[in-house]
Amino acid sequence: MRDVSASIITETIKDMCIRANHFLSPDMENAIHKAVKEEKAALGRQILTQLEENMKIAGEEMIPICQDTGMTTVFFEIGQEVHIVDGNIEDAINEGVRRGYVDGFLRKSVVKDPILRENTKDNTPAIIHYQIIPGDQVKITIAPKGFGSENMSRVFMLKPADGIEGVKNAVLTAVKDAGPNACPPMVVGVGIGGNFEKCAWMAKKALTRQVGIHSETPYVRQLEEDLLEEINQLGIGPGGLGGSTTALAVNIETYPTHIAGMPVGVNICCHVNRHITEII
Amino acid sequence: MENLHINAPFEQKELERLKAGDYVYISGTIYTARDAAHKRMYECIQEGRQLPISLEGNAIYYLGPSPAREGQVIGSAGPTTSSRMDKYTPDMLDRGLKGMIGKGKRSKAVIDAVIRNKAVYFAAVGGAGALLSKCIKESEVIAYDDLGTEAIRKLRVENLPVIVVIDKDGNNLYETAIEDFKRKNMN
Repeated sequence: MRDVSASIITETIKDMCIRANHFLSPDMENAIHKAVKEEKAALGRQILTQLEENMKIAGEEMIPICQDTGMTTVFFEIGQEVHIVDGNIEDAINEGVRRGYVDGFLRKSVVKDPILRENTKDNTPAIIHYQIIPGDQVKITIAPKGFGSENMSRVFMLKPADGIEGVKNAVLTAVKDAGPNACPPMVVGVGIGGNFEKCAWMAKKALTRQVGIHSETPYVRQLEEDLLEEINQLGIGPGGLGGSTTALAVNIETYPTHIAGMPVGVNICCHVNRHITEII
Repeated sequence: MENLHINAPFEQKELERLKAGDYVYISGTIYTARDAAHKRMYECIQEGRQLPISLEGNAIYYLGPSPAREGQVIGSAGPTTSSRMDKYTPDMLDRGLKGMIGKGKRSKAVIDAVIRNKAVYFAAVGGAGALLSKCIKESEVIAYDDLGTEAIRKLRVENLPVIVVIDKDGNNLYETAIEDFKRKNMN
């Protein structure tokens, strides 16, 4: 067993929250630079150029890339040979989020109750997904995600007979409905298979995969490429004001499912697709 | 695509020359309000109480900024999704509100109220909050302080870049721009 102290988890998460909200990962940054060169619409290019300038100002002046610094999603993968000492995991994670958002001048966007809606004033609690993995390391991925795009996300409980065309239609429907509300150009995370909650989980997890890295399953890779092309044929464009760049990437995850079903989760993310991973 | 400048609060004559698709720089005084502040203002209207701000000729920016660091006027300051305000907006337009700055589609009721009141709906670029914050020269919370980021702020802005999405005649860039683009580029 390897001991990992709760305070290291807290400090790591605090730092990750601040970095993720001020600096886009290189894959996302490159995708936006590439889009500026390739966008066909003049207004679209103007909007994408604003996004480039925005990233520069955010990093240089430490102003969050987007004012919606998100509800913090944490994928916490813990090696089965790790023993957490000096505190419990959940408190350590939330304390990291709290310090990151308070000390890092990030917006506190979380309310304590969905109906009563009183702000918790420190952006906690985080949404935490635990996974037990082999080994003695802790792998933490932070994805602070805004709700403009989260609100446009969908779960479709398709039938097996709907096949791959059904999946395509579901994704295209979600993207069309999202339109300008989701701050295009988007990154589209898709989960196919599993059950109701698993497909949504996979869709969110897919968004943390680097843009440009494809699925290793040949038909899934093909589907990612085909869907990206079809989405960019929709003409929605940057800001939803017309153009050839509606999505920067489509990332798909799959999982075995039941003989009777084919769940599809579509988690749409804006161009500020923040994801950052650290290993302790 | 014409680049125009307009001062806020708006003069009706100036507002009426704006057309869907215009790229406009707004300077002057505008107010922020998003979900929770709209709900409170709507309740004020329903109960016949006075609103904390005058709507007459004014623009509301759908914004909940991130906190300012020392030496900054405001933190990141981009638009939030406008459709969540749709329930409250027609009443506010009927009481003199002339401009809204946000992002995303509006309901038919809002579009009808825009036409009825000869108002304008502008979009700012979503996710460009650091860039947009540089156009905000002063910021002061003037109502609903307890709402934190959702409080009503009075902003002095210089050359805030926005795009006219719905003009006084109800022309809607979200409806036309995509078809225009496809017709020109995808045939």
